[in-house]
Amino acid sequence: MTTPPPPQKPTQRVVVTSPRTRAPRARRPYSGTREINEQSELGAVYMRTLIRAQRRLGLSVCLVTCGALGVLPLLFAIDPELGKVRVLGLGLPWFLLCVATFPMLLLAGWFYVRQAERSEREFAELVERP
Amino acid sequence: MTSGYAIVAVLVVALGAILVGTYGLRVSRTTSDFYVASRTVSPWWNASAIGGEYLSAASFVGIAGLIFAYGPDMLWFPVGYTAGYLVLLTMVAAPLRRSGAYTLPDFAEARFRSRVVRGVASVLALAIGWLYLLPQLQGAGLTLNTVTGAPNWVGALVVTVVVTVNVMAGGMRSITFVQAFQYWLKLTAITVPIVFLIVAWQVHGAKSLTEPKYPVFPAETRVTFSHQTVIHAEQSIFIEGTGEIDGTRVENVGFTLTDGYHRIGQGSEFTFPEGAPVPHMSTMDHNTNETWSLPMSSGADFPLYGAYSLIIATFLGTMGLPHVIVRFYTNPNGTAARRTTLIVLGLLSVFYLMPPMYGALGRLYTPELLMTGQTDAVVLVLPTRMIEGIGGQLLGALVAGGAFAAFLSTSSGLVVSLAGVLSQDVLRLGGVRGFRISTMLAGLVPLAMTFVATGMPVADMVGLAFAVAASSLCPLLMLGIWSSRITTIGAIAGMLAGGVPALTAGLVTMFTDTGDAWYEVLLSRPAAWTVPLGFTVMYVVSLLTQRHVPPGVQRTMVKLHAPENLGLDGAGASDERS
Repeated sequence: MTTPPPPQKPTQRVVVTSPRTRAPRARRPYSGTREINEQSELGAVYMRTLIRAQRRLGLSVCLVTCGALGVLPLLFAIDPELGKVRVLGLGLPWFLLCVATFPMLLLAGWFYVRQAERSEREFAELVERP
Repeated sequence: MTSGYAIVAVLVVALGAILVGTYGLRVSRTTSDFYVASRTVSPWWNASAIGGEYLSAASFVGIAGLIFAYGPDMLWFPVGYTAGYLVLLTMVAAPLRRSGAYTLPDFAEARFRSRVVRGVASVLALAIGWLYLLPQLQGAGLTLNTVTGAPNWVGALVVTVVVTVNVMAGGMRSITFVQAFQYWLKLTAITVPIVFLIVAWQVHGAKSLTEPKYPVFPAETRVTFSHQTVIHAEQSIFIEGTGEIDGTRVENVGFTLTDGYHRIGQGSEFTFPEGAPVPHMSTMDHNTNETWSLPMSSGADFPLYGAYSLIIATFLGTMGLPHVIVRFYTNPNGTAARRTTLIVLGLLSVFYLMPPMYGALGRLYTPELLMTGQTDAVVLVLPTRMIEGIGGQLLGALVAGGAFAAFLSTSSGLVVSLAGVLSQDVLRLGGVRGFRISTMLAGLVPLAMTFVATGMPVADMVGLAFAVAASSLCPLLMLGIWSSRITTIGAIAGMLAGGVPALTAGLVTMFTDTGDAWYEVLLSRPAAWTVPLGFTVMYVVSLLTQRHVPPGVQRTMVKLHAPENLGLDGAGASDERS
């Protein structure tokens, strides 16, 4: 075991250049993490931005996908002849609802997960910047 | 279709579940083990477990039965059950996990800091869970009745006992393993037979499934009517046998069944000749195989309203099911919760390719079910009907085992989550003993309910549970997670405004006979009016009571939305998250 050297008194330093603006920069060294944890105005803005971005992403993926599915009953009701169209040997409603829907849902889910993780990474970079 | 192999398969599934459960007994020790498997579950295990838990009687037997009877309008059931997970993924998966809630009432309390909101959420979760358990037990009764001829209550009793004992012994840790295993068992049990059935259909000459003709008896068929049934014959048919037709007793002689409606007495047994068009239950529409395959062929009143109501209920209801929510807690963090949900989407997509094929083949090979009304049995009966000899019997046994696995796994998941809610919020009994007492209660109530329910198709009943969840707990989750303006009063008002009418409509449809009154569809498919009601009331009342925004809502929002690894849990507030 080595004993650490006795702590030296830190050298006094004096700032000799002045900041280029007149505005005080007192809060600059705070990281976003600290802003959020101390519930400052700035922290609230950070959080609101993240929540808005995630809400917009979630709602758009959801609405586009569910909207695309949701118009189908209406289409089939407006034009019953559509039900008789055949795709790959299956009636159109069967093809759309049994076969085509599932890959579309998966694709939408995969896209959402990728985007959501990306926006969380960007948020992390933003708030961890000192 | 009494078959020794099928009975063996059902027994093997039940015993297997108990064995795995007992293995779990040795590894689960603490209260935390009991509730959430100590959060040591990987996304693939977790996703398989969610799939195993979610694929219920409705998915395994119900969907095929409804498609078989009512055509492509019913395809919205599998689509909705899957799309519900997309909505869950995009709107609630990660925040729900980050809230650190065990159950939905926990979430309500964490978000609103109010015991009252928690209480209302608990009561609704219990109601939804019991409403969902009922069709599982009914499906089990039907399966045992089809494979062994035992009365319907036997299957319900067997499932209740196996599940209750298993959950009491092992808690959720063993359940996670059981559930994950059950997904793969169910997928095998529905996929392997359909491959053989399609080959058999090809060998039989690949008869068209959509000919402009009524379904006909593929061979001379002996049919037993277990209930009094009103049927409609498309042509007059010469039948033989014993029973009661339109109040006239027929004893072992031939009888000409004229075209039109007839009332067949309970216990009647008749033989129908090969090639005769199959009469159908009076509640179904007069469809040839061609018209059956077109949209809006179900013959229901207001088909467009019905379709949209079903879409709303299934898309939004998934997130409010108590047994689905509890699974999210076993993910280590929000990111894993999202990935798990994505895997679930994939697993469900594969499974739901199968049931429509059973439904379509049923039109050719088991059309007499259209007449007896046991349409839910189509998956169980097809293999033995299409493939002769031991091969068909073995495939039939596989399907029966898979169906039984479906009832066991969904019921287990429900009983675990309901027991959690009961022990924490209703009985207020802590510890392992409280959990066991609650488990008993969670299983016995729906068993009692099976004796008074009217026999409605299992997938329809499940649809009602979805409607209640979508109208009450879905607004709570969606608005609670994404808006900081929701107040405690708004949350309570919204849950009640959506949940109470939906629940009432569900109970009225299940326990009384509404017949064909014009408002029948508003009650049997309530989601299209109760869901907007719940959302609107919750939001508007919240805006009117802005002074009651729960304290610390900003800090709660940080916890729900910020990634865990940043250490953003509010100022130094200690958290139980490990």
